[in-house]
Amino acid sequence: MAKYMLIMRGSDESNAKMAEASFDEMLEVVGRFNEELIKAGVLVAAEGLDDAAQGVVVEWSGETPVVTDGPYGETKELFGGFYILDVATKDEAVEWAKRMPAFPGAKCEIRRVPGVDEFPQDNEWIKKEKAWREQTGQL
Amino acid sequence: MTSVEAVWRIESARIVGALARYTGDLDLAEDVAQEAVAEALVSWPRDGAPDNPVGWLLATARRRAIDAFRRRAARDDKYTLLATGESDGGDGHLWDPDRIDDDVLALMFVACHPVLSPEARVALTLRTVGGLSSEEIARAFLVPVATIQARITRAKKTIAAARVPFEVPPAADRKARLGGVLSVLYVIFTEGSTATAGDDLLRPDLAYEAIRLARTLAALLPGEPEVFGLIALCELTASRFPARTGPDGEAILLEQQDRRRWDFSAIRRGLAALAQATSAGRGLGPYGLQAAIAACHAHARSVAETDWERIVLLYEALGRVAPSPVVELNRAVAVAMAGAPGEALTMVDELVARDRLPGSHLLPSVRGELLTRLGRTGEARAELELAARLCGNARERAVLLHKAAALG
Repeated sequence: MAKYMLIMRGSDESNAKMAEASFDEMLEVVGRFNEELIKAGVLVAAEGLDDAAQGVVVEWSGETPVVTDGPYGETKELFGGFYILDVATKDEAVEWAKRMPAFPGAKCEIRRVPGVDEFPQDNEWIKKEKAWREQTGQL
Repeated sequence: MTSVEAVWRIESARIVGALARYTGDLDLAEDVAQEAVAEALVSWPRDGAPDNPVGWLLATARRRAIDAFRRRAARDDKYTLLATGESDGGDGHLWDPDRIDDDVLALMFVACHPVLSPEARVALTLRTVGGLSSEEIARAFLVPVATIQARITRAKKTIAAARVPFEVPPAADRKARLGGVLSVLYVIFTEGSTATAGDDLLRPDLAYEAIRLARTLAALLPGEPEVFGLIALCELTASRFPARTGPDGEAILLEQQDRRRWDFSAIRRGLAALAQATSAGRGLGPYGLQAAIAACHAHARSVAETDWERIVLLYEALGRVAPSPVVELNRAVAVAMAGAPGEALTMVDELVARDRLPGSHLLPSVRGELLTRLGRTGEARAELELAARLCGNARERAVLLHKAAALG
């Protein structure tokens, strides 16, 4: 078993379609998909993000970081939300991604989430992070 | 894993469940589903995966089922109607969103039916509900593939011969039958968490499979506190996996475990499930009580700081709802940890006198521990050596021999 993050990436096309769609309908479609994940026993976490126009980007192109307001001009893809799933293989994560409700033009990137156990356990910083995870009940 | 296998893993329970309802024959349902998968493994890579993979598998399996009915109709009239099938070319009414949850539940209850032997229930559940292949099940249980295949074939014949209906049991039988399902899932979990044979102490994939199936059961039966009790027990036990083996795969006992290595997200999920089980207000069942004991360990910073008094009380409660010599033995260990090793030894000696747990390495290994504590070193060493001889797991045996040797 391994944890995979399914990262939703919207394009201008998919974002425009999403803006036109009925919110209630979207809630139902996404709700149904989430329920499938719960019934399959694989859902660990999921979050969706607010409008990109409300966001900012910090960019390291020169000596000091530059802050730009959303929606970031020529950006082709925008990170819109994520799922974390606990599944047996990458193929299983891919199969779930294929079932995700999405508008045409959207993409979903699938990346494994290494566990804190994969880092050197005697490292001071890893120890500190594990203690923090323990105290706060983080994933 | 190909995409066919990934689809199968996600959908096997629903596909076999829908087919079993449609055919009324679990054996046939499972066979035609496997045939559809075999066909997909050939045609998807060649022609590309279909847009609706589940619909494709269902329609293919259904065609195979109708072929089987046609063959049977030649011998038996009752198959004639079924053999005509629906001619809409789709999956008929197989995929009914309102019935699919009940199909999966019915499949779980049938696979865990009391008419089957415990080994058959485990194999059939992993195969039909979990979507594991016979090879995967055989590897997990370290038995030959042919043994698992024979076990599954026999199980399906037994279900057919006993005319077990494909349904969720009626309310009157529900509680007892649910207990049967939970016990199968727990057997799968414990096999993964304490391998009874072989050189590895843990087979986490099998333990994970049990948790996945228990989560499905909880989502389908949200009103059953014991399902959450089982999830809590599995999660809390699994939370110790990262600390249970050393760098060379050797067993590390609870006392010596580095608790910082415990999986805290598993603990959090386990405690949440335990809270869910408790909130029903009907008192905890056997799994809930064991989870409550595991929660005492999860909360403690060390063995010394563990609330052993509470653990003794929980074992007493567990002994009332699910009496067993293993529970008695664990209660004795808790009594010793709470500060009364002499009293604990009397309890264990009583188990020995009544010849409970004959042939088990657990009795001599606990006696060895208690005698060590009481300073009776010679007797302790003999008991630990006896325990090592009786123990089937190489890793656990090494720990016992190490303890015996440490007594000098």
